[in-house]
Amino acid sequence: MRTISQEELYTAVANLVVQANFHLPDHVVQALSHMRNSEQKPLPKETLNILLQNATIAATKHIPLCQDCGSVIVFLQIGTGVTIDGNLEEIINRAVADTYKSHYLRPSIVKDPLFDRTNTGTNTPAFIHTEIAEGNSVVITVYIKGGGSENMSSIKMFTPTADSEEIIDYIVTTVKQAGPNPCPPLFLGIGIGGTADVAMLNAKKAVLQKEPHPKEEYRKLEEVILQRCNNTGVGPLGFGGNHTVAMVRIKEASTHIATLPVALNLNCHSLRYRSTIL
Amino acid sequence: MKTIDLHTPISDYDLQQLKAGDFITISGTIYTARDKAHKKIAELIAQQKSLPIDFTNAVLYYAGPSPAPPGMPIGAIGPTTSYRMDAYTDIMLSLGVRMFIGKGSRSSEVKKLFVNYKAVYCSSFGGAAAYLNQCVVDAQIIAFEEFGPEAIYKLTVEKFPAIVINDTYGGDLYA
Repeated sequence: MRTISQEELYTAVANLVVQANFHLPDHVVQALSHMRNSEQKPLPKETLNILLQNATIAATKHIPLCQDCGSVIVFLQIGTGVTIDGNLEEIINRAVADTYKSHYLRPSIVKDPLFDRTNTGTNTPAFIHTEIAEGNSVVITVYIKGGGSENMSSIKMFTPTADSEEIIDYIVTTVKQAGPNPCPPLFLGIGIGGTADVAMLNAKKAVLQKEPHPKEEYRKLEEVILQRCNNTGVGPLGFGGNHTVAMVRIKEASTHIATLPVALNLNCHSLRYRSTIL
Repeated sequence: MKTIDLHTPISDYDLQQLKAGDFITISGTIYTARDKAHKKIAELIAQQKSLPIDFTNAVLYYAGPSPAPPGMPIGAIGPTTSYRMDAYTDIMLSLGVRMFIGKGSRSSEVKKLFVNYKAVYCSSFGGAAAYLNQCVVDAQIIAFEEFGPEAIYKLTVEKFPAIVINDTYGGDLYA
């Protein structure tokens, strides 16, 4: 049995929080750059230009990519051959709280959703999802999710006989109705199947998948959804043009004979995450 | 892109020349206010208490910045989603606000108010918060400090960029 120390976990989470908040992943920068180069209309082109400059300024001057330094979502795949020396949640929350303070990141979490919306001042609690995996390592992903795009999340429980066309319509309509509010061009995570809660969690996980779906039928569906969303003309920040969605990723799960949940995680153009393996 | 450079205080003439889709920059003084500050102002008015600032001819920026690192007047400061402030926009207009900057679309009721009050709604660049930081020369908290990022800041800005969404004639870039 391998033991991971508190310090190791703390340092890893702290580093991921910094990386995610100040440095856009390479593939996200590439996507923005590709969209900028292929855009013809001046306003959306200039908008994509500004978003690329934003990424450079954030990285070089150490200013957060967005003032909304988000909810901190932490995914952990914990190997069965590993123990963690200490309380997992406590260590992660301490790393988040300390890093948000020391790097001047905006705390955005309130204590109670309804009766006491006092800011906790630490951006904790983080939202932690753990999975048991094989092996003796821990895969940690820190995902920073802004409130504006999270507010545009959507789930629909389809009847099991629904076809992919109905699902595409629902997704495209949701993206169009969200319009400029979630800060397009969007990185769109889609969870299909499972139970309602599993579909929503899979939608969150899907957006962090860099590669297209390994199965051809889902890969084609991703492409069709991308195309159809881009035909809406919403464009970067709602200013028009051909790029409303930058990327579509699907994560499916087995489901009950009576159900067909489809959940959408709309992520803004600033897809902020980082992973590491301990 | 062709831009229209405006300086505060923004005049009626300035507002009337703006059309949906125009790229503008603002230099001068603007005030931040978001969800909690709006709610608080509405409460103070309902209680007939005095307000901490005079909003006559003000430019209001829906924003909650990240904390200022040492040596900078403010942290990251992009616009927040505007529709959440729709319920309070009539009040802010009646207090004299002439221009709002945020991101995203507004309700049809609020769009009518912009025409009635001859006010303008602009979107800045959502998520471009490090870029927009570079346009802020000075920042002072002037009300509701206890609200943290939701306090009202008085910002001195230079060439702060935005796009006109709703003009004084009912024009709507998102329509």
